[in-house]
Amino acid sequence: MRGPAPAGIPSDLPSHGYCMAPIVRIENLTKHYATGFQALKGVSLDIEEGEILALLGPNGAGKTTMISIVCGIVTPSGGRVTVAGHDVVKDFRRTREIIGLVPQELTLDAFETVSNTVAFSRGLHGKKPDPALIEQILRELSLWDKKDTMLRHLSGGMRRRVLIAKALSYEPKVLFLDEPTAGVDVTLRKEMWQLVERLRATGVTIILTTHYIEEAEEIADRIGVINKGEILLVEDKAALMKKLGRKQLTVELAEPLSAVPEALSGFRLQLGNGGQSLVYDYDTAGERTGITGLLAAMAEQGLRLKDVSTEQSSLEDIFVELVGAEK
Amino acid sequence: MNIEAIKSIYAFEMARTRRTLMQSVVSPVVSTSLYFIVFGAAIGSRVQEIQGVPYGAFIAPGLIMLTLLNQCIGNGSFGIYFPKFTGTIYEILSAPISTAEIVIGYVGAAATKGLIIGTIILATASLFVDITIAHPLLMILFFVLTAVSFSLFGFMIGIWAKDFEQLNIIPMLVVPPLVFLGGSFYSIDMLPPFWQTVSHFNPVLYLVSGFRWSFFEIADVNPWISLAIVVAFLGACLAVTAWIFRTGYKLKN
Ligand SMILES: Nc1ncnc2c1ncn2[C@@H]1O[C@H](COP(=O)(O)OP(=O)(O)O)[C@@H](O)[C@H]1O
Ligand SMILES: [Mg+2]
Repeated sequence: MRGPAPAGIPSDLPSHGYCMAPIVRIENLTKHYATGFQALKGVSLDIEEGEILALLGPNGAGKTTMISIVCGIVTPSGGRVTVAGHDVVKDFRRTREIIGLVPQELTLDAFETVSNTVAFSRGLHGKKPDPALIEQILRELSLWDKKDTMLRHLSGGMRRRVLIAKALSYEPKVLFLDEPTAGVDVTLRKEMWQLVERLRATGVTIILTTHYIEEAEEIADRIGVINKGEILLVEDKAALMKKLGRKQLTVELAEPLSAVPEALSGFRLQLGNGGQSLVYDYDTAGERTGITGLLAAMAEQGLRLKDVSTEQSSLEDIFVELVGAEK
Repeated sequence: MNIEAIKSIYAFEMARTRRTLMQSVVSPVVSTSLYFIVFGAAIGSRVQEIQGVPYGAFIAPGLIMLTLLNQCIGNGSFGIYFPKFTGTIYEILSAPISTAEIVIGYVGAAATKGLIIGTIILATASLFVDITIAHPLLMILFFVLTAVSFSLFGFMIGIWAKDFEQLNIIPMLVVPPLVFLGGSFYSIDMLPPFWQTVSHFNPVLYLVSGFRWSFFEIADVNPWISLAIVVAFLGACLAVTAWIFRTGYKLKN
């Protein structure tokens, strides 16, 4: 299946060439809500054209606030956002033409039909009706046989698909997916990931927020971690895993130990599995892992090894470590 | 100008109108018919002519205005309140459209529906009484200006309202007294002087009076003053709407 064609960049935009300026540039963005609560504390973030960026953060981190400002739903208190070089406040027409938004909340008109609401979104974005494109999008999202169904008769997962169809209907260049897989079943989540891949292949830049770490790990090129209104880091996914990735070496012992032997106290060792194994934490980023020394020392102690395995810490561990360290 | 967006909003609202047209039409048609039966036929037959116009015909312009005002305020307020209430307003706020375009779409649809129903009431009225229209163009001008201004007024109520109670309070508590005390059923020179003066602060007086003049050439106030007041009201509504969107009042956090 082919994804919807990417919207052409308006011809009067500055052409970027190959070494491109970021498609979305967020500079020092702050937001104080009327309640006095500061949801964003000077966020800066560049999003490159064509990438998939996952914004990872716990509930209340400020993800939705940030997206809402870029899309024009919330007014910023300070700072600046440009999309394709245009200011999102002053030049809102230019920016909103190319931004697609799939909101976190399943907000839809109860009494509209699927195809009407999707066509409506396209019109709102100033595009002429294109039934063929709408059909293609609805088919792609398995919504075609529901096209005349009223939205109130749809399940949560189906509504999520409709929101995506609405956002795709006007062929955005930059697509924001705010927790697209919150509360959806595994099948739909997998489908969503595939869709994101297909969209990326057509050149769409995708920013998705999630608190499912596996999701970021699965589909993102880069990962940003946001907590309490601040971006803690933005890194290439692979580099992030490598940089912060810890590995764990587990040595299964032939005979159980009651304590870590004195001679091995120089290593960061823990007893595991009721003394059946020794667990060694090491840093993959370090010059030396210390594995050779550890194994030699163990042999010297006369420990008989049954099995050896290693395990890489997941993004989840990294995340917990980062957000936890904030507290 | 994002013409496609205006068309989309307008068509969306008109589709909603079509779904609910029967119930929107039936109630005002029934109540207007009742007014004519009670005031026009039963009581009106004992009431002398007012400035040469039979009482039944005299009240027709006011009754049309009553329906028009109710319809326009109701449609205008509901059209924008509902997306605010359900959250679908996000789509309007994040679309490449200006304030003016949003207003044209919503208010245009609300006014259109008001005008359709107003016309049906006019037709209903002509079943009960003889109606002549002395100045059709002026009549249409009053009709359209009133529809647009009060749809816009309703739109502002829709933005301002926090809940359904607030949404209904003005149409229910404010509009009927203004219409009933605005000379819909009598000529204000039948009132004691003090109440005549008070009536002049009621904007609906000017509407009804000017509208009635376009039918029968009788009026409580100079029809051109009426027209000026309607235009001024429209201007004030436009100014407030522009301010609402500039500041994001009750629309954006
Ligand atoms: N309209 C609002 N008024 C006041 N506080 C708000 C409003 N919207 C969000 N917040 C607060 O701002 C913080 C960030 O919210 P949000 O951006 O929705 O976070 P996230 O999407 O990361 O879960 C939260 O603490 C939330 O309670
Ligand atoms: Mg959120």
